[in-house]
Amino acid sequence: MSMEFLLATGVGMVTATGIYLMLRGRSFPVVLGLSLFGYAVNVFIFLMGRLWSNAAPVLVGEGPLADPLPQALVLTAIVIGFATTGFVVELALRSRHESGSDQVDGHEPTGPRA
Amino acid sequence: MTGSLLDFWLQHAPVLSVVLPMLTAVVLLLIGDSGGMAGQGGAHDDAPLRWRRRIALLSTALGLLMAAGLVRHAADGDLLVYRLGEWPAPFGIVMVVDRLSALMVLLTYLVALPVLWYAASGWDSRGRYFHAIFQFQLMGLSGAFLTGDLFNLFVFFEVLLIASYVLLVHGQGRERFRMGVHYVVLNLVASGLFLIGLSLVYAATGTLNMADVAQRVAVLQGDQQVFAQAAALVLLVVFGLKAAMLPLYFWLPGTYAAASAPVAALFAIMTKVGVYSIVRVHWQVLGGEAVADWLLPLALATSALGVLGALAAHSLGRLVAYLTVSSVGTILAGVGLFTSETLSAALYYTLHSTIVIAGLFLLVELIAAQRGECGDSLRPAHAVREPVLLGVMLLFGAASAAGLPPLPGFLGKLMVLQASGGLAAQAWVWGVVLGVGFLTIVGLARAGVIVFWHVQPVVDDGAPGSSANLRAPVWAFMSLTVALAVLAAPVKRYTDAAAAQLSVDADYVRAVLGADAPPSTRPYDGQRAAPAQEKQP
Repeated sequence: MSMEFLLATGVGMVTATGIYLMLRGRSFPVVLGLSLFGYAVNVFIFLMGRLWSNAAPVLVGEGPLADPLPQALVLTAIVIGFATTGFVVELALRSRHESGSDQVDGHEPTGPRA
Repeated sequence: MTGSLLDFWLQHAPVLSVVLPMLTAVVLLLIGDSGGMAGQGGAHDDAPLRWRRRIALLSTALGLLMAAGLVRHAADGDLLVYRLGEWPAPFGIVMVVDRLSALMVLLTYLVALPVLWYAASGWDSRGRYFHAIFQFQLMGLSGAFLTGDLFNLFVFFEVLLIASYVLLVHGQGRERFRMGVHYVVLNLVASGLFLIGLSLVYAATGTLNMADVAQRVAVLQGDQQVFAQAAALVLLVVFGLKAAMLPLYFWLPGTYAAASAPVAALFAIMTKVGVYSIVRVHWQVLGGEAVADWLLPLALATSALGVLGALAAHSLGRLVAYLTVSSVGTILAGVGLFTSETLSAALYYTLHSTIVIAGLFLLVELIAAQRGECGDSLRPAHAVREPVLLGVMLLFGAASAAGLPPLPGFLGKLMVLQASGGLAAQAWVWGVVLGVGFLTIVGLARAGVIVFWHVQPVVDDGAPGSSANLRAPVWAFMSLTVALAVLAAPVKRYTDAAAAQLSVDADYVRAVLGADAPPSTRPYDGQRAAPAQEKQP
């Protein structure tokens, strides 16, 4: 029970933090938010293979085996997430270079909350 | 020689449609790209650029031939199943060619070839690696349409998205980078949700092979069934974003209007990837029950709001982009009614709207190029140099997009109306489809009047008209539209058969998993199977 609770709340909190950061106006927090969201998703995939304790991760010896497929899925997701994060960082840099502003919308906000 | 080549193709057809653009892209990368010197008159760069164009066009034409071959093969109703690495079905990755996926691959290439032709007249030299990225995009599109595995669908989505990120900012400029950041961030979030949906499917069924999932979703009980429903709804959000369904379409008009003309025209197929995924995953694999209440109302609202956006658009590019949104709404309405007949009508309408919208995006640039600094914005400017030619082209595209007879837009809408006859939602569908058709005419007429009639006298600056190389692809799209109207009967027979094929799960499952699918032990329980069934490493 405690392990399930810990992981479920952990994934939930990281997701919430990620979404909060993604809703910020500057591209740096947005990229951080995307990364955090990506981490939460990766752990979530892993959990969907159920929690295993005392189980071998690969085919060795006797006894039960942890589900190996989610590990492979997570690995793929990590690689793709890494590449796309790299791309979005580069794109945000170029966008800042072109528009002269770090804002996602390409210009500094105007009005009382600026 | 020819016979053995044909045998080889038939044996490996599904994977060849993915491998060909990939290898072409690698070759194009190896040739290299010194970065648009030809566009600025650097004569020393001409030869490699010409070679890149030739290779890309040749490979895309070959891809078109192979796609036509796939359709011809699929038309008989046989499923072509390709097991990568000969791993047996639920364990390894399979690619499956049925009528629907063959048709979508053909549509991809029918759009890609004229677009590439158009781009080869100059756009490709305004940035680096256009042709290589274009081929990667084709690889992702073909793969997404042909795969029979849900996780593989995600991977091909990523391939086509990464290519589309780069294509979107091709030509650069402030507006493209700004929209590019929005587009990339939105799609990364959608990818995260895609993974969440997939892992929920895996948690409920213990498999990601589409045929296997379809078989198991039908027998799920209790909690597991709730998992599958949650997965279906999460995936609807993901595919709804790609397809630009309400309330997830707001990114599309700005993005498509900011993209360069050939890229926007190619992106006409990208929304259809979302539609295809909804058909494949929600219709066939997960069953429509979970999303049936949502899809139809959202689709009709998308269609209505899309056309209102088109009425309010302040530039031709945004107008066409909003028409994309509106047409996706009409297509999804056909899908959302969840009958074979409406799906068939929606598929026919998909073919038509993709081709017409791709043609319109190219045409918009031809018109904008002759309006001086006014570009494609909808305000009075000096007249275009070729009012008759461009006006007739726009009239033709507009009439087809709005659904006037005898063009295929009319046939497609008529099919949707006919197929929805007698269903509970008939009044809504008829009202929205007909109303949207009327408003589309109004919006396009307004645009045509501003561009062609509400003009100052033409400034004769001696500049030439549009070049034949740029006009030809637009003509090609229009000929395709006419062909779609002339060949409506056989095409409709094919889409009827495709829709019917999707409704019979048993054949699909038998073809992919084999007639005597072994009893499986999933969802995974950690216990080893008896030695006889153990998978060899």
